[in-house]
Amino acid sequence: MIYLDNAATTRTKPPAVAQAVLEALSSYGNCGRGGHRGALSAARAIYETREKIAALLGCPRADHVCFTQNSTQALNIAVCGLLGPGDHVISTDLEHNSVLRPLYRLRDAGAAVDFVPADSRGRLDYCGFERLLRPETKAIVCTHASNLTGDAVDIARVGRFAREHGLLFILDASQTAGVLPIDLAAMGIDVVCFTGHKSLMGPQGTGGLCLREGLEIRPFTVGGTGVQSYSEAQPGKYPTRLEAGTLNGHGLAGLSAALDFLSETGIARIHAHEDALARRFYKAVRDLPGVTVYGDFSAPVRAPVVTLNIGDLDSAEVSDELAERFGIATRPGAHCAPRLHRALGTEEQGAVRFSWSYFNTEEETAAAAEAVRVLAREALEG
Amino acid sequence: MRQRTEKCVVTFRTTAGAMAMEAACSAAGLPGRLIPVPRSVTAGCGLCWAAPPESREVLEELVIKKRLDVDGIYAIIL
Repeated sequence: MIYLDNAATTRTKPPAVAQAVLEALSSYGNCGRGGHRGALSAARAIYETREKIAALLGCPRADHVCFTQNSTQALNIAVCGLLGPGDHVISTDLEHNSVLRPLYRLRDAGAAVDFVPADSRGRLDYCGFERLLRPETKAIVCTHASNLTGDAVDIARVGRFAREHGLLFILDASQTAGVLPIDLAAMGIDVVCFTGHKSLMGPQGTGGLCLREGLEIRPFTVGGTGVQSYSEAQPGKYPTRLEAGTLNGHGLAGLSAALDFLSETGIARIHAHEDALARRFYKAVRDLPGVTVYGDFSAPVRAPVVTLNIGDLDSAEVSDELAERFGIATRPGAHCAPRLHRALGTEEQGAVRFSWSYFNTEEETAAAAEAVRVLAREALEG
Repeated sequence: MRQRTEKCVVTFRTTAGAMAMEAACSAAGLPGRLIPVPRSVTAGCGLCWAAPPESREVLEELVIKKRLDVDGIYAIIL
């Protein structure tokens, strides 16, 4: 199997990740529930993971890294905990449903939401942020890179705009944490929402929020915390404030090992490798008769994603052919990004997404391009 | 049961705060360990840092220097 569905989840992890999870499963107690060796082992490992995430994402305080199951949960916490009826929010057409659905629910509760439009190539019109600004605008919620096309948003520019206008900036880093530079403090970001199982190369069921100091987020979930048992209210200090219930200590041990791998390898090197493979594939398929590639490849910085269609073939059929005949794993259909599909005109057809990780090779990339060439030729020949 | 002696006990508002304290003390080479919070400090749950009584001053300096999330510092017979 040639695995090119890394934007969904990285299948190949650094070997230390599985080892760390295995060791955690056989030794950890519950973080913050008791002072014995097992509980302390879990607590130490989780705290170290906070420190590593804080260092990676430019979060000044490790105790402002709050863990969740994934970035969807993190985005729900940020959106529901910071925004409410009467607020106006600016987002973009690039968003995943993990951003859109919390925003639509917020809109139904009395907030107003506008979207910076994407053109038919999926490019954002940055002037849209200024155009959509209102006196009651409170926040910008946007992705760092489209999960559908890989096109990256200039988050330093968005962060500057947010600061200039006193807006909160909530960033969805699902596709970029671990592959593109993110600096919460330097880029004027208030909340970075991340998931552990994609480019961070950790286990599924890990993710979280990095917070600017001084941010007051209403807790989404309340419950057991291992501290202040007799308080009727959820403790107010981060990270406990947003972490009711037992954390995924076993998964976070794996994420910690993955973060060590990222640190040792360097995310610039990781991105350079993935980007080179994606662009090599793009060059090999872009001019094939009948092939349409989406996204802006003139951009110097993008996530390692190439999404295409062959003629008017159903993307599900193409992805299935790739898997069954060529042993290549891709994702077809709609990619939880309805607004961008509309902008690209792929609502009906969907699209076939190829996405790379550090563990993919040139040979795999060449094989994938050859498979597309074969399918495109067959489509033309009818 | 063990013999009781005076300890300097530091309490925290979060488990992350306790872990930060342990990491800071370890890095500074200061003695002590995390234990369950004794009821003489507060009824409830959580972890606290128990250290020799003479370390109070240096611990207070460390708390300020590292901006540690401390709830209280006590002298207690444990």
